[in-house]
Amino acid sequence: MTIDYQIDDPENANLPHPNGHGPLGADMERRDGRDKVTGAARYAAEHAPDGLLHGVLKRASGMGTVCLTNVQEVEALAGVRLVLQDERMIRNAAQGTAGEAPVQGVDTADYIGQPVALVVADSSEIARDAANLLKVQSVGDDLPVLPKHGETDPDMQENSVTGKPQDAFDKAPVLVDATYTTPSLTSAAMEPHAAVAEWDGDRLTLYGSLQMLRYNRAELADCLGIEPDQVRLRAPFVGGGFGSKLGISADCVAAALAARALGRPVRVVQHRRQVFEVNTRRSETRQRIRLASHSDGRLTAIGHEGRVSNLPGEEFAEPLLQASYFNYAAPHRLLRSEMVRLNRPAAGSVRAPGAAVGVTAFEIAMDELAQKTDVDPVELRLRNLPDKEPGNGRPFSSHRLADCLTEGRDRFGWSDRAAQPRQRREGEWWIGTGMAAAVRVNLVMDAEARVRLTPEGRAVVETDMTDIGTGSYTILGQIAAEALGLTVADVDVTLGDTDLPPGSGSGGSVGAASTGTAVWLACAEIRRDIAARMGRKPEDLELEGGDVIVGNDRRPLMDLLSGETLSGHGKLAPGEALEKVRQATWGAVFAEVAVNDITGEARVRRMQGTFAIGRVLNQRTARSQAQGGMVWGLGLALTEAMVHDARDGHVVNRDLAEYNVPVHADVPYLDVCLLDDQDE
Amino acid sequence: MRPFDYQRPAAPEAACQGMSASPHAAYIGGGTNLIDLMKLGVMAPDLLVDVNRLGFDTIKDLDDGVEIGATVRNSDLADDPRIRVRWPVLSRALLAGASAQLRNKATTAGNLLQRTRCPYFQDIDVPCNKRKPGSGCAALGGELRNHAILGTSEHCVAAHPSDMAVAMQALDAQVVIRDADGQTRTMGLDHFYRTPGDTPHIETRLNPADLITGVRLPAPLGDRQVYRKVRDRASYAFALVSAAAVMQLKEGRIEYAAIAFGGLGTQPWRDPKVDALLTGARPSEALFEKAGDVLLRSAELREGLEFKKPLAHRVLKAVLTEATQ
Repeated sequence: MTIDYQIDDPENANLPHPNGHGPLGADMERRDGRDKVTGAARYAAEHAPDGLLHGVLKRASGMGTVCLTNVQEVEALAGVRLVLQDERMIRNAAQGTAGEAPVQGVDTADYIGQPVALVVADSSEIARDAANLLKVQSVGDDLPVLPKHGETDPDMQENSVTGKPQDAFDKAPVLVDATYTTPSLTSAAMEPHAAVAEWDGDRLTLYGSLQMLRYNRAELADCLGIEPDQVRLRAPFVGGGFGSKLGISADCVAAALAARALGRPVRVVQHRRQVFEVNTRRSETRQRIRLASHSDGRLTAIGHEGRVSNLPGEEFAEPLLQASYFNYAAPHRLLRSEMVRLNRPAAGSVRAPGAAVGVTAFEIAMDELAQKTDVDPVELRLRNLPDKEPGNGRPFSSHRLADCLTEGRDRFGWSDRAAQPRQRREGEWWIGTGMAAAVRVNLVMDAEARVRLTPEGRAVVETDMTDIGTGSYTILGQIAAEALGLTVADVDVTLGDTDLPPGSGSGGSVGAASTGTAVWLACAEIRRDIAARMGRKPEDLELEGGDVIVGNDRRPLMDLLSGETLSGHGKLAPGEALEKVRQATWGAVFAEVAVNDITGEARVRRMQGTFAIGRVLNQRTARSQAQGGMVWGLGLALTEAMVHDARDGHVVNRDLAEYNVPVHADVPYLDVCLLDDQDE
Repeated sequence: MRPFDYQRPAAPEAACQGMSASPHAAYIGGGTNLIDLMKLGVMAPDLLVDVNRLGFDTIKDLDDGVEIGATVRNSDLADDPRIRVRWPVLSRALLAGASAQLRNKATTAGNLLQRTRCPYFQDIDVPCNKRKPGSGCAALGGELRNHAILGTSEHCVAAHPSDMAVAMQALDAQVVIRDADGQTRTMGLDHFYRTPGDTPHIETRLNPADLITGVRLPAPLGDRQVYRKVRDRASYAFALVSAAAVMQLKEGRIEYAAIAFGGLGTQPWRDPKVDALLTGARPSEALFEKAGDVLLRSAELREGLEFKKPLAHRVLKAVLTEATQ
């Protein structure tokens, strides 16, 4: 049996609610934390089946038709098993939730850095050396690599006009008209992309570093020309993804093909330098933002026009405008974006696609407006909050931005600040403060999970959901424990295996809400069975401390099971709720920043973030996510940029010494406040 | 990584012998740079001679200075009480470099001999005169940031990445070298490096099989010592501009000045004209401005590096101000 549930209304009234004093929502450390810090948790590349061979991807160093000129010479090297060039190899990582093969082929290099061959050898050192010795010639015409040279793709445009924005801009008492650019950015997950592939007859098992297994399985099968049920993916631990592991990457396909060809398991680990070019980057952007307002800062018109890029054939466009549809009220609105086709590494989802750069630029423009109108930046935002979604009048399922702004303002001590620049100095350092609103759409995706309640009174949660460092193992255990009246220690959670029911995967912040609900539904089915055994209705049932309680009747769960295992299967589907209401998460971030008067160096001294993100399942893992997001913001604002060589577009700074993610010394105290927030 | 032989001799003679055995041999100390470059295919020695067991791992007192063994770790050197008290500029420079993990491993001689972090040097798919003599320079016309504006040529614009060597340059350090015949000589650090010219692959005046056994620091000639480093993030980043100052003041005048720079030159940069301008003069804003003009008189500001000139000017002025206050 399965409990199917579709979210048609925002309030989820049909689902049982936690009682508020169980394990759900607790501040609980990661269940897998100890395994991770002691090395007991095994990541993809650490799986070493007998007879393992090692593959290294070879990149194209130019664009155009590819020719490998010394294959025989390289294959003759001691320890080299194979130089694989197979038309099924992929040009770049698949886009998130693609569920099908990305562009395939190795005959042509569309960007510098594209993998065009795999060298397999007895050791990774031999394979790497052989790959270095392999010569790749590419012959072709110059292709566009700079945004100003790219052609606009007519099929990838977004254009939304409400009212008469141009008139409003022309007649505005106050107008901000500013253009911002942001550079390409990379995910820089700690674990490089890796795959270990092993065939048993026609069946492939692949350990990978992947975020969304149900889609990844279909992508890999499609690449290889086999059925999805011939593919088993396993990703029990993933060392960060941030979007770069949403889709399968070149290592998976190449490892599977080589393992097939050689009849032995093959491991392919992307070198850190390859991680920067084979997997999707966040597109560079140019954004023109126009804000027309009354003299008191109330907006009359919003204009947000963007330009992003992607490699030909990729259907992902950085969704810059996503939040601009509903962040602030204004009767006249102009939202446009275009995409140019560039022969740079493919663009795709990187943490908070669209919002990270779109909201940031918009919020900077809001500060320009605050300056022009002499309205306090927090107050300016409060004055412009919509009560319904602008343009279409949809209600918000929850709108807590005002609460985030005011709570954050108070916690930060915003009112103590010097509102004008250059008012506070400590030695060589100018001290300033700033703030921005944070807005992000909320999504839910299809998800399934199975829960078994064993005769010993232990629960086992099973789904192919991944834990990419976010805490899935922990929160899914908390949910099952809450639903079945157990402690978290009584719940085993098995993840990251496509033999298990397909969860949502991790991406777009959907995992906890989607797979978590599927686990809750599976538990609801078990509760229904228990109630039936007692001849009662499920809603009369209370499960607590391993006991079943109905009225005055309290018995141990184990007695009731009498040696049997109860099993529940939950299946969640997004429903009409997403259409009926605008769902979003809200936040406000405040920062105190020091800028050196001599050198221009900027150092963040403290940050405060207040967020309304729905029901908090685990205070600690949620806080950790918020802090991580704030660190990303710091990197986005101050340190991170992928540098493309202007001549050929190749990524120049493709290692972690030259691509500057913030280090500990860059990150100050981060105060996080999570507001209790539920759609009611 | 290319297959290679490995030796770990217990005496300098054997080390030099090992190096003489192959034109493609390399000494290895901490390996924090060499191993990376071997993995990338940038360097491919066929023999590694490990110098870690040669007994050069202590800091010895000399008459009025110290001799730092070639394999003294950067973190041990930075923490040494003698260094911290008498040559604090060196401690500060060391601690401004790399990360704690790297400093625990990296050696004194290895730090002097580390290779540039020019990204084009590290990319075997593009031309680089330093990596492959005569192949051209992909950095010219490319993306420049961690590159040099002093001492460059049309063949190479790579900057020397060390912080430690900048402080040593200001401290008149002497490199102690044992040659293949077992003779020991010393070479001033100001003479140790070569500007790239048309042979950027030859970076020092060491002969093949020369073994650095240590670095001598004479007694410091100034008790005012400052190290300042400007970088793109707060730690674990190479200098955009750094400056080490060792100065002595007497009766309101600068009695002694030795200023060295990182991030600006193809080698740890010291310009005698800057020191000469400052020596004997009274500290003033005008003097410091002029020092910057002298330092940067022949700076080559290629596209992307224009910011280094005003930045170097400001940093120099701030360092001189701090050192003379």
